[in-house]
Amino acid sequence: MNKIIEYLLPPQRSTVASEVDSLFMFINVAGFILFAGIMLTILIFVIKYRRKSEDDVTPVITHNSLLEITWTIIPIILILIVFAWGFRGFMTLSTPPPNAYEIQVKAASWLWEFEYPNGGTTLNEVFVPVDQPVKFIMRSDDVLHSLFIPDFRVKMDILPNRYTSIWFEATETGQSILYCSEYCGSGHSAMLATVHVLSKQEFEEWLETGLEVDEDMPLADLGRQTYTAAGCNACHTLDGTDRIGPSFLNLFGSERTLTDGRTVTADEDYIRRSIIDPNAEITAGYPANMPSYAGRLSDRQIDGLIAFIKELHD
Amino acid sequence: MAETSKQTISIREYPVDEHPDKNYLNHDKGILSWLITLDHKRIGLLYLGSITFFFFLGGVLALLLRTELLTPAQSILDADTYNQIFTLHGAIMIFLFIIPSIPAALGNFFLPMMIGAKDVAFPRLNLASFWIYVAGALFALFSIVTGAVDTGWTFYTPYSTETGTAVVSMTLGVFIMGFSSILTGINFIVTLHKLRSPGQAWGKMPLFLWSLYATAIIQILATPVLAITLLLLIMERVLGVGIFDPALGGDPILYQHFFWFYSHPAVYIMIVPAFGIISELISVFSRKTIFGYWAIALSSLAIAFIGFLVWGHHMFVSGQSELSSVVFSFLTFFVGVPTGIKIFNWVATLYKGSIDLKTPMLYALAFLFLFTIGGLTGIMIGALSVNVHLHDTYYIVAHFHYVMMGGTVIALLGGIHYWWPKMTGRMYNEVWGKITCAVIFFSFNMTFLPQFVMGSQGMPRRYFNYLEEFQGLHQFSTIGSYILGLGFVMMALYLAYSLFRGPKAPPNPWGARSLEWMTSSPPTHHNFEYTPVILHGPYDHHQPEHEFRMGLVSESKETHG
Ligand code: HEC
Ligand SMILES: [Cu+2]
Repeated sequence: MNKIIEYLLPPQRSTVASEVDSLFMFINVAGFILFAGIMLTILIFVIKYRRKSEDDVTPVITHNSLLEITWTIIPIILILIVFAWGFRGFMTLSTPPPNAYEIQVKAASWLWEFEYPNGGTTLNEVFVPVDQPVKFIMRSDDVLHSLFIPDFRVKMDILPNRYTSIWFEATETGQSILYCSEYCGSGHSAMLATVHVLSKQEFEEWLETGLEVDEDMPLADLGRQTYTAAGCNACHTLDGTDRIGPSFLNLFGSERTLTDGRTVTADEDYIRRSIIDPNAEITAGYPANMPSYAGRLSDRQIDGLIAFIKELHD
Repeated sequence: MAETSKQTISIREYPVDEHPDKNYLNHDKGILSWLITLDHKRIGLLYLGSITFFFFLGGVLALLLRTELLTPAQSILDADTYNQIFTLHGAIMIFLFIIPSIPAALGNFFLPMMIGAKDVAFPRLNLASFWIYVAGALFALFSIVTGAVDTGWTFYTPYSTETGTAVVSMTLGVFIMGFSSILTGINFIVTLHKLRSPGQAWGKMPLFLWSLYATAIIQILATPVLAITLLLLIMERVLGVGIFDPALGGDPILYQHFFWFYSHPAVYIMIVPAFGIISELISVFSRKTIFGYWAIALSSLAIAFIGFLVWGHHMFVSGQSELSSVVFSFLTFFVGVPTGIKIFNWVATLYKGSIDLKTPMLYALAFLFLFTIGGLTGIMIGALSVNVHLHDTYYIVAHFHYVMMGGTVIALLGGIHYWWPKMTGRMYNEVWGKITCAVIFFSFNMTFLPQFVMGSQGMPRRYFNYLEEFQGLHQFSTIGSYILGLGFVMMALYLAYSLFRGPKAPPNPWGARSLEWMTSSPPTHHNFEYTPVILHGPYDHHQPEHEFRMGLVSESKETHG
């Protein structure tokens, strides 16, 4: 039984997960027993009372109070249990402990931006300490989004006109996936992020050093790093295949046809414009769904990206 | 019984004229006689034809989606096309197919016949409903051709106010179709109140009619809210009035409240008529009085009522207040009770019956299997803490396909087979019917069971691309959907064959007791050439069949005119 539940659910990596899972398991088991009981009864009846001849006569049974009361009361008891149990878990999920570590989350079509108390930000990656309650305070830049981390069993919609929040306490170090689960257009399924759970010490270290962009790194290496860190890889491949946007392979220097019919050469300026104001010039054949990185990437990171893209030729 | 009536009336048996020269199909000829017909039976068939077309369209779209999902990355569609197709699949299946399906097609055909009436109370209004539906459908089709819609069938704001696609014409289409639904509801309620034959007390109405009655109430009360919502949405888009879009000072959660205030009761518009069909099938093919007539009849009304109070369970993680979520969750579970009661009553009806596993009965049993899964998984997602994890994942997708397709569509198929001889005057092939039912049943489970698993594992819905770990389950599901499609092709073939070559149907091939079987197959233009008088309940299989063919003596001549 446990094996099945383990297969059905993602790993339990937060303090609330086991409570949610035990209710999940209870409903599955109780539901299965009920279901099997009903189906078995039907099967037996269908076999036993199969029509034997066209003149079969059946008894007139219109009701049976005892039976009917039983099958009203038992389900009521079951649903009350399920309600109370779900209510308890929900209360835990909606009451962040006062000492929670707060991270500001900004969702935009189609990227995630995380801002830490020290002012540093990360894109499409969030770093949190283990065994410490963490609270996300979330806002959307545009349409509705929803933050969903299956391993933690948490989910909450993100609205443009007010803050919503979510909290969790990770129980083991490692990586977990974070999805956008409220449909938000073309890039919806590309709106993913990674949650890195670090040990407390690692997290402190990371806060000190990890947020700083390594200024000494060669430009192209910085570009390669930014390509994944900023989530370009969700939409742009390096091997010539289309994903949501065009591949970066052989992009630099090529002639691009825009939706308004103009052609431009993909030079440094064009690539910079594409990153900062992507919807001003849309490449023909692709949707206008690239998020703007204005203010989200440093100048040097953009220079790095350009240098990186320049090198991609086969 | 009849003695309790104070007025003295004389009644006699009216034997059925098995194959009258004139029936409703050849009563008038020519395309126009169909398009402007006032005959409820023909209108029912017009609906049946339309919903079949839209089911086909929605089904093809579904297969395209499933094909795209064979691989985690882009294969045959691009992201925007995929988003448009899942939106259309949902909108077509919900608004153009499933909402009108059972009430407007089978309900129109059989409601008047089951009460011994010659037509519905307002035949012209009935025709108008159909054409309003067509007009709405045309708007919807128009928006598919002119730029499509990519909002999901829920049209959530602010995305729906901002996207560049044809949201206005699509919502206008849905808005118009709402009127069709309202008018049909009114027509049914008045008909049931006013046109029942002598002797047909409320307690002698077939349960299918009780279910249509409950449905009609929901249609009348809930649909106007949808209309208002969509109108506000259109106003916001066209006139820039800020209602739901925060950029204009509106509130997106308000939209969700409005939308689900209609769309949750609408779930019962879709499923309650299915309950009615199942009650008919189980009793007739067990040749036994239904167990718990009043429990089944009134639980439909109870569901209709409670159904109005639970819309917020679609919004547990939307940002609505926690208190609302708790209240909505609590109330939600109480829909489960009357639903459970129905299932138990159906099973109890089988007890000591004389069960004949004809195709319609197979569908009824398939319904019990699939719908019970749909119901139990509903309990799962009604539980607050678990819902947080499962909301907007494939678990939800699987759940509502088990309810809507495993429930409503399977019941509709059962109903179509059951009443096929009556509607067409021909029998279909039992062997092919059973084989196809089995194919549909297994492939349906193959398609949607894996989706429960994916959802629990955290696969979000409306995802064009997905993580590689889900590929196996997705492919399994896709193969299931192909077989499911094949099942429907098989059905189309043998039903088409039956239409032209099938053996002629007797008036009452299944030994049923309700009134629609007490006239010829297919029925004559006026259904009955006399005023039927009802002596027994619709499931009184212990009473001799001829006592169900009684009619008023005096009036018999006048009605021929
Ligand atoms: C959600 C998907 C998405 C993400 C994330 C994304 N892009 Fe794009 N990008 C697109 C699409 C779609 C286009 C083509 C349409 C257009 O021109 O805007 C595009 C176009 C471009 C172009 C112009 C290519 C051409 O064919 O002219 C460049 C350069 C570019 N992106 C760079 C980036 C970089 C650098 C990042 C990461 C910092 C990034 N993109 C992130 C979707 C995305
Ligand atoms: Cu999103």
